[in-house]
Amino acid sequence: MASGSSQSAYYVPEQTKYPFFASIGLALTVFGLGNVLNDIAAGNSVTTSTWIAIVGFLILATILFNWFATVIRENHAGMNSDQLKRSYVWGMMWFIFSEVMFFAAFFGALFYVRQLSVPWIGGEGAKGITGDVLWPEFQAAWPLLANPDSSVFINPHDGLNVKEWSVSFLSGYLPFWNTVILITSSVTLHYAHVALKAENRARLIQWMVVTVALGLIFLVLQVLEYREAYGHYGITLNSGIYGSTFFLLTGFHGFHVTLGTFMLIVMLLRCMKGHFKPDDHFGFEAAAWYWHFVDVVWVGLFIFVYCL
Amino acid sequence: MSAAHDHHHGPAKGLSRWLYTTNHKDIGSLYLWFSFAMFLLGGTFALVIRAELFQPGLQFVEPNFFNQMTTMHGLVMVFGAVMPAFVGLANWMIPLMIGAPDMALPRMNNWSFWILPFAFAMMVSTMFMEGGGPNFGWTFYAPLSTTYAPPSTTFFIFAVHIMGASSIMGSINVIATILNMRAPGMTLMKMPLFVWTWLITAYLLIAVMPVLAGVVTMMLFDIHFGTSFFNAAGGGDPVLFQHLFWFFGHPEVNIMILHAFGVVSAIIPTFARKRLFGYDSMVYATASIAFLSFIVWAHHMFTVGMPLAGQLFFMYATMLIAVPTGVKVFNWVATMFRGAMTFETPMLFAIAFVVLFTIGGFTGVMLAITPVDFQYHDTYFVVAHFHYVLVPGAVFSIMAATYYWLPKWTGYMYDETLGKLHFWLSFIGVNLLFFPQHFLGLAGMPRRIPDYALQFANFNWISSVGGFLFGFSQLILLFVVIKCVKGGKKATDQVWEGAQGLEWTVPSPAPYHTFETPPDPKLIHAQ
Ligand code: HEM
Ligand SMILES: [Cu+2]
Repeated sequence: MASGSSQSAYYVPEQTKYPFFASIGLALTVFGLGNVLNDIAAGNSVTTSTWIAIVGFLILATILFNWFATVIRENHAGMNSDQLKRSYVWGMMWFIFSEVMFFAAFFGALFYVRQLSVPWIGGEGAKGITGDVLWPEFQAAWPLLANPDSSVFINPHDGLNVKEWSVSFLSGYLPFWNTVILITSSVTLHYAHVALKAENRARLIQWMVVTVALGLIFLVLQVLEYREAYGHYGITLNSGIYGSTFFLLTGFHGFHVTLGTFMLIVMLLRCMKGHFKPDDHFGFEAAAWYWHFVDVVWVGLFIFVYCL
Repeated sequence: MSAAHDHHHGPAKGLSRWLYTTNHKDIGSLYLWFSFAMFLLGGTFALVIRAELFQPGLQFVEPNFFNQMTTMHGLVMVFGAVMPAFVGLANWMIPLMIGAPDMALPRMNNWSFWILPFAFAMMVSTMFMEGGGPNFGWTFYAPLSTTYAPPSTTFFIFAVHIMGASSIMGSINVIATILNMRAPGMTLMKMPLFVWTWLITAYLLIAVMPVLAGVVTMMLFDIHFGTSFFNAAGGGDPVLFQHLFWFFGHPEVNIMILHAFGVVSAIIPTFARKRLFGYDSMVYATASIAFLSFIVWAHHMFTVGMPLAGQLFFMYATMLIAVPTGVKVFNWVATMFRGAMTFETPMLFAIAFVVLFTIGGFTGVMLAITPVDFQYHDTYFVVAHFHYVLVPGAVFSIMAATYYWLPKWTGYMYDETLGKLHFWLSFIGVNLLFFPQHFLGLAGMPRRIPDYALQFANFNWISSVGGFLFGFSQLILLFVVIKCVKGGKKATDQVWEGAQGLEWTVPSPAPYHTFETPPDPKLIHAQ
């Protein structure tokens, strides 16, 4: 792994202004967001705080853009040794692992409430007594349609538990189609990668366009689904633990799809500009890994949030 | 640092050197100074606590402010003092130890550091906001931190988020450096233990920091968007918070101690003038502790109500940790056994570490016994336990490391007399401070209270005296370091007679850039 020849050429950049100002941007962003939330809670005007967050975010985004551009430029200039490229590979792998663990926290919460705390509140199992005392009326169920205290957390409307698995049901079942779309997009992205390695630029761009389009369709359908959830079913952030886990799991997934789609769009533009060589395209691969990762998370979501 | 202008490029001049640097030594120094500043800040909070507890009754602060002090003290010490100190040591030492020219991703390295001052500025500023700062303890249990929290909690949450981002980037950098940048001949099993412990804890960090981010995110949504993760009225559970928090929290305490093991494993062989006893078993023990740390979290929650099977599982799993930990202590003692020992300051701190950390380990095993913990939980006994592992454990190891590598960093020997003075005052102070707390806890004094019953008065004033002694002794460290940066007896390259390893083959002070070409493989010894 530690090969002598490339070690001597390891590229250690000189000073850089990016990270320091990126920190300022990041700090302003979260400081602004925090103020927005607190202003809303206190009933104050959010104008100033929104501007702080926007300015911070613009700083951050500009810097990240330039930062990545510099890295790309350096690579084109041949400054990056194989060893440095391996560092990027390791970096991306472990970044994705950290994202996996982020989702693990939310999946863990889902399993915990479904298997343990909701039954306990319903009076079942090792800790059932507390539930019996607190809310004797409450019946454990999943999806949870009647909350222990529906004066605090508004119950969703009835009638969402209609899962007879049949062709006619699946064909009208939006999450099923979203699964199909995302899995297809992983395949089309793979074809794009194959085309890139075969130096077939036109085909590469075609497949990338298809992949990006699928990502966007997924997002549109997801928005439709949220509207359905809020409007038709009355499942909201405020409708108890079912809505809480549902929206945070699918919401963070959707956020990651958005980010992934953005990365793919950038990659598409770079493909059009003639970037990437068959043997040197880690930026592309990193985005592809990320996309496959959000895909896998979705499969987990489909199974544990929608099907079971 | 007297800048050694070797060949082509030395450090830039002025402030920009520190703001824009990509140099692992500069960034290491930044981390270490930041950590020291946070150590003094967190220490000040602690002294407010100890002043209030000097006597029964309320004399100096309001109970709510007292709670803010305990919370901020814990947060600042854990996230601001101990963790960044080890990242600083990693920055300075890992490239030198494995013969690499720098960290693998130097720009990101700078970013990991510069996020921290902003994160902590935001966190500390909450104390000046309306409603005061976080007052729910460093473990921020819901619903104290959600339903009943002050508005400033929003900023606390965001501070934790960006601090976590900094930790994750730092860890990714460490992993990439260790896996990818070792000099030819530096096989994994030849790496110094400090490098090993960092590799393993970097994995721990990447695995648990995102979970922390997840749990504070749930808090944020419970507070601002009406979700019910931690509210049973909506089907959630406050205990869920504790599970998620401790899934992060227990590995986190290991994160703070494993590097310390690495440091001590470097220092003891040097001053015993023997090779480290049982190097391989040290590596495996570190890995097993790290693995076990994922399956013991609920030992912090024995009293919240858990099914019996859960309690038994977590009790036995926790006790298992004592096995690999015992292996380590045994190996350190065996390394010293019949060694030609001398007792310079780093060695004094290292030996004190072995003894006092072991005491903390023993009380940990006591706490792991579920029925017994029912009584000890949330008493001063727990406070004594974790301070024994954290202060004469983690913090002593950081001080040992500072004295040990200071000559390599500055090029001068530190003042040994003052170093020893600092050690003895710290040693006496820390034991006066924390040993009586065992008795307080066993007698039933709860933790996190500003006032207490009269029968606890004696041990409390002793503890407070120890606290002030320990706290003010740290100014000696500050003085010694500044003095050493300014000058003193020139340090040789090897610095310590028995020192082994690549870091001792470069000049003292270490030039701004080292190992731009890999070192001669013959210099790399088996450990
Ligand atoms: C042999 C190894 C260890 C064992 C068996 C052990 C066991 C325990 C147990 C059972 C508790 C919970 C006590 C209670 O709240 O009732 C505890 C608390 C704690 N331990 Fe350990 N421990 C060990 C090592 C460590 C180390 C190495 C550290 C840090 C460097 C550490 C830091 C802490 C902290 C910070 C707490 C208190 C958390 C809080 O409630 O605020 N422990 N330990
Ligand atoms: Cu623990």
